[in-house]
Amino acid sequence: MGFIPHTDRERAEMLAAIGVDSIDDLFEPIPEPLRMARPLALPAALDERALLRHLERLASDNVTMDTHACFLGAGVYDHFVPAVVDALISRGEFLTSYTPYQPEMSQGMLQAIYEFQSLVATLTGMEIANASMYDAATAMAEACLMACEVKGSRVIGVSRLVHPHYRHVLRTYAESSGVEVRELAHAEGATQMPDGGAPLAAVVVQNPNFLGCIEDLSAAREASLASGSMLIVVADPIALALLRPPGDYGADVVVGEGQGLGCSPGFGGPMLGFFATRRELARRMPGRIVGATTDLDGRRAYTMTLRTREQDIRREKATSNICTNEALLALAASVHLAVLGPQGLREVAAACLRNAHSMVDALTQVGARRAFERPFFREVAVRPPGRLGVAELNRRLLQRGFLGGYDLGSAYDELDGCWLVCATENRTREEIDGLAQAVAELTR
Amino acid sequence: MTSTPGGLKYSTSHEWVRLEGDVAVVGITDHAQAELGDIVYLELPDVGRRIAQDEAFGTVESVKAVSDLVSPVSGEVIEANTGIGDATDTVNQDPYGAGWLVRIRLSAPEEVEGLMTPEQYAAMVSEA
Amino acid sequence: MSDSSAPQATGHRSEPVLIEKSVRGRRGVRPPSPQGPLGPLEEMLPGVELRTDLPLPELSELDVVRHYTALSRRNYGIDAGFYPLGSCTMKYNPRANECAARSPGWARLHPLTPPAAVQGALQLMYELNCFLAEVAGMAAATIQPAAGAHGETLSLMMVRAYHRSRGDMERTSVLIPDSAHGTNPASAALCGFQVRPITSDADGLSDTRHLRELVGADTAAVMLTNPNTLGLFESRIAEICAVVHDAGGLVYCDGANMNALLGVARPGEMGFDVMHFNLHKTFGTPHGGGGPGCGAIAVGSVLEPFLPVPVVVRRGNALYDLCHDRPLSVGRVHSFYGAFLNAVRGYAYIRSLGPDGLREVARHAVLNANYVRARIGGAYEIPHNRLCMHEVVASASRLKRRFGVRAMDVSKRLMDHGFHPPTNYFPLIVSEALMIEPTETESKQTIDAFCDALIAIAAEAETDPEVVRGAPYSTPVRRPDETAAVKRLDVRWGSSGQ
Repeated sequence: MGFIPHTDRERAEMLAAIGVDSIDDLFEPIPEPLRMARPLALPAALDERALLRHLERLASDNVTMDTHACFLGAGVYDHFVPAVVDALISRGEFLTSYTPYQPEMSQGMLQAIYEFQSLVATLTGMEIANASMYDAATAMAEACLMACEVKGSRVIGVSRLVHPHYRHVLRTYAESSGVEVRELAHAEGATQMPDGGAPLAAVVVQNPNFLGCIEDLSAAREASLASGSMLIVVADPIALALLRPPGDYGADVVVGEGQGLGCSPGFGGPMLGFFATRRELARRMPGRIVGATTDLDGRRAYTMTLRTREQDIRREKATSNICTNEALLALAASVHLAVLGPQGLREVAAACLRNAHSMVDALTQVGARRAFERPFFREVAVRPPGRLGVAELNRRLLQRGFLGGYDLGSAYDELDGCWLVCATENRTREEIDGLAQAVAELTR
Repeated sequence: MTSTPGGLKYSTSHEWVRLEGDVAVVGITDHAQAELGDIVYLELPDVGRRIAQDEAFGTVESVKAVSDLVSPVSGEVIEANTGIGDATDTVNQDPYGAGWLVRIRLSAPEEVEGLMTPEQYAAMVSEA
Repeated sequence: MSDSSAPQATGHRSEPVLIEKSVRGRRGVRPPSPQGPLGPLEEMLPGVELRTDLPLPELSELDVVRHYTALSRRNYGIDAGFYPLGSCTMKYNPRANECAARSPGWARLHPLTPPAAVQGALQLMYELNCFLAEVAGMAAATIQPAAGAHGETLSLMMVRAYHRSRGDMERTSVLIPDSAHGTNPASAALCGFQVRPITSDADGLSDTRHLRELVGADTAAVMLTNPNTLGLFESRIAEICAVVHDAGGLVYCDGANMNALLGVARPGEMGFDVMHFNLHKTFGTPHGGGGPGCGAIAVGSVLEPFLPVPVVVRRGNALYDLCHDRPLSVGRVHSFYGAFLNAVRGYAYIRSLGPDGLREVARHAVLNANYVRARIGGAYEIPHNRLCMHEVVASASRLKRRFGVRAMDVSKRLMDHGFHPPTNYFPLIVSEALMIEPTETESKQTIDAFCDALIAIAAEAETDPEVVRGAPYSTPVRRPDETAAVKRLDVRWGSSGQ
C-alpha cells in the first residue's frame, strides 16, 4: 500500500535506531488537538485492476478527438504526433527526474533544454529563448509584466484578437500588479493598430490571430515604435514554418503555445508556454535558462545559468516566481521537431493550410459564408447557413460524430453567429466532406 | 584572511569609502568579494543620480548570490566604473583599486565620520 | 573506434547537439498528406510574407531515437536510484497512474468540448477537488494553477480580492519566515505586496514574539510552510493563526511538505485559510525534469467566492458543468483548467491508496526521515536535533571549519557513490545545509546505503579532503564552469558563444 517497502521487522529496527516505540510517537511534535481523530473521508483503496477499470469507465464518458472528427481549435489543436515522441519522453531517466539543479546528474535534460531553447529561437527568429513557461497565457502575462519593468510604464495595449482566455489571464495578473490593460479594436479580421497617442509598455498581437487570420506585423511594429513600447507577438509554432518570423519584424518578445508540437490536447493541460526575446533582455527574462560551458576537464557541459534572476536566490526581487515549468513537454516538442525536420514541419503547415481551405470551400458550397476575406492559416470564421445558431449546430453535430467549431459569439458580442472552424493535417477528405454534408442537412 | 586597508572608512554592509576632497570613492570590501565568490555582473547607477545614505544604488552578482550595493554616503554620482565592462573579476582581484565602483560628490560630508574605522570593520568581520 | 586505452563508459561519451548531427536532405517521420491539391502556397496566402529559411535539424527517426536515448543515459531519475532532494518529495511515480493518464479518453480531450460531452472529465475534476479539500480540511479546491508557485500567486490574488471586497484597501504587506522557500517572497512581490521577514527562534520555529510585533492593520497575509523547511512542525501554529486572524489577516500554507501530514493532520484545522498542493510532490506525479507540475489550491469558505473561473459544479440534475458566473472571482490564471492530465494521475494516486494508504504514506515518510537523522547524527551536525517530520536538515559546517570541505563537496562526492545529492544551501538559516528527504517509498536497505556513504564521506573529508573537494569523478562531466556560463552566455546553438 502506498508503494511502501517496509517489513514489520525493518520498521521495528528503524524505530529502535531512532529510540521510539512506535510510529505514532514520531508525531509527538504535532499538538494532540491538531491530530486527526478519524480517517480521511475518501473512497476506499482500489487495486490496480479496479483502478484502471474505474478510470476507463469515466474516460469512456468523454467525446474525444478519436471518437469524433475534430473541427475545433481555438488554442488547442489536433495535430499529428509521431509515436516516437511518447516513446522517448516516457523514458524513466527523463520522466522521473527533477529540475536539473545538479548538472553532473542531469546533463541529458540540460542538453535537451538547450536544444529546445535553440529550436524555439530558430522558429521565432529571436536571439534567445527560455526553458519554457506554464502555457501561452501566462507566458504572455509575464512578457507584459517584463515590458512594464523595462519600459517604466504600467499600460499594456493588447489586441482584442488575442485569445480571449489569454486576455483574461492578463487582466487577472494586471489587476494584482497595478497594470492597466487597454484593448485594441479590430476590423475586417485584423487588429486596428494604435496610431501614436499615449505611451505604452507593450503592444501585444497574436499571429495568426484568434480568428485564424494573418496579422500585419509590420504595422504592429510601427505602432509599437510610435508608442515607445515593446512589441510582443503571440505566435503559433506550426504557422511559423511558413510565415516570416516575428524576429524579422523586430519583435521584442515572442511567446506562444507549443501544445501543437507533440503534446496531447489533454483537456487543455498541461500546456507548453514558450518565451523568446532579444539577448540584451536576458537578465530581465522570467524562467529558467540553460547555458553551455566547459567542465573541469575541458569537456562541453551544460548548466542552468543566469540563476540570480530566480526566486530561490533573489526572492522578492526575482524577475518572476516561476520555478517548475513544462520541461517534459519541451522535450516532447524538441523530439517532434527533430523527427519532422524543416521539410516535415513545412508539410504539416501546408497541409493545415490546404485542409482549412478545402473545409471552407466545402462549407461555402452548402451555404456558409466567410466572415472576413483576410488570408487565414488553419482556422477560419464563417457564418453557417440557416437559423439554428452556433451552439445548437454544435450540439447536433456532436450526435453525428463531429466536434464542431468555436462559438465566437460566446466571447465577442460583435461576432455573434460566427463559427470558428479549424482543420489540421489530421482531418481527412471524408471528414471534411462529411462535416459539410451534416451542416447542409442540419440547417436545411 | 581578507585585507582591510588603513586610510579608508567602512560600512556595516561591506562597502569602503576613500575621500578625495569632497568626493567619495566607493567599492566593496575584500571580505565582501570573497564571500560572494566570482563576480559576474555589476549593475551601476547612472551619472547624475542622487543617492541617500543607506540607499541601494546597484547590485553585484556572483553565480549563486546577488547583493545590493548600499551607499555609505549621500550625494550625487559623478562617475561609475563602467570601464570594468565584462572584466567583473577586477572587483575580486583588486577591490580597493581598479575594482572601485562609483564616485559620489558628498552632500553631507559629516556622514563619513560615522562610518567604521578599519579596526572596527576588521573586528566586525572576524566576529561573524 | 579502436583505441589502446581503456574503453570509456558509454554513458560518458558526449553527445553532439541535434544540429551538429543534421544531414541536409535527410528525412524523419512523414506527416499526413494534404487533403486536396497543394498549389503554390502564395495562392492561399495572398500578400502574406513567407519565410525563406527554416534551419531546423534534418535527421532520420532512428537518429532521433539514438540521440535522446544517449541523452537519457546522461540523466538521473527516481527510476535510476535514490533522490533525497529535500523539499522536492522525490517518491516513486506509480506506472499505473501514467498508464491511466495516457488513455485517449483523457489525453485526446479538447477543453472546449461542450460540458455535456465530457462528463467523465468534469466528474474527475469535481471529485479530485473534493478529495483535496478533504485532505486540506478546507471548503473547496481548484486544480487551475500549473505549479506550486502559480498556486501561491493565485492564492495571494484571492487574499487581495478578499480584503478589497470588504473595503479594506490598506493591507499591503505579507509576512514570511526567513526559512521560507524563495517562491513565497517572489509570489508576494508579484502580487504587489511588501514582504516582511519573520525571524526563526532558537528552536527553528517561527518566532511568535516577532510575529506579534509585525502583525497589524497592514497585514494582508502570513505565509507559512508547515512542517517548515527545517522539517519541523510549527507547534504553535494555532496560536499564530489566531494572532493573524485577530489582526484581520489571512494565513497561507505552503503545502510543499504535505507528505508529512496526509491523513495525520489538516491545515484547515490548524487555522490556515488557503494552501497549495504540489501534485508532483505529494501525490506522486512525475516531475519530468522540471515539470509539468500541478499546484492545486484548497481554500476555506471565506475565500471560496474568489476562486478562479470556471468552477466545476454539480447541477441538480446530477450533470457536471463549468460555471463562469462567479461575480467575486479573481479571474483566470491558466489558458484552460490547469494541468488536467496531472489531475488524472493525482486522482489515480488518491483512489489507489485510499484514506489508510495516504496516512501510511505520511507515517513512513516521517519514519524514514527520522531514521536518517538517527544514522548520520554522529558524522554531521544536525542543528535542530529532535523529532523531525518528513525531512531532516544536516550541516557540513564542522567539515568546512576543520577540513575545508563544504556541503557542495559532500554532495558531489555522493554522486560517486551512485546517489543524487540532497538539497544544498537551503534553508538559508542553516549554514552548509544538507536537506534530506528520503520519502516513504525508499527501503531500509537503500537508506542504509545512503547513510553509509554520507558517513564514509565525512571520514574521507578528514583523511583525504582533497579527494572530496575534487569530486565527482564518475559522472559524465565534472563541475561545469558556472562563471563562464554566465559571462560567455551561450544559450542556443549558432550563437556567438559557440
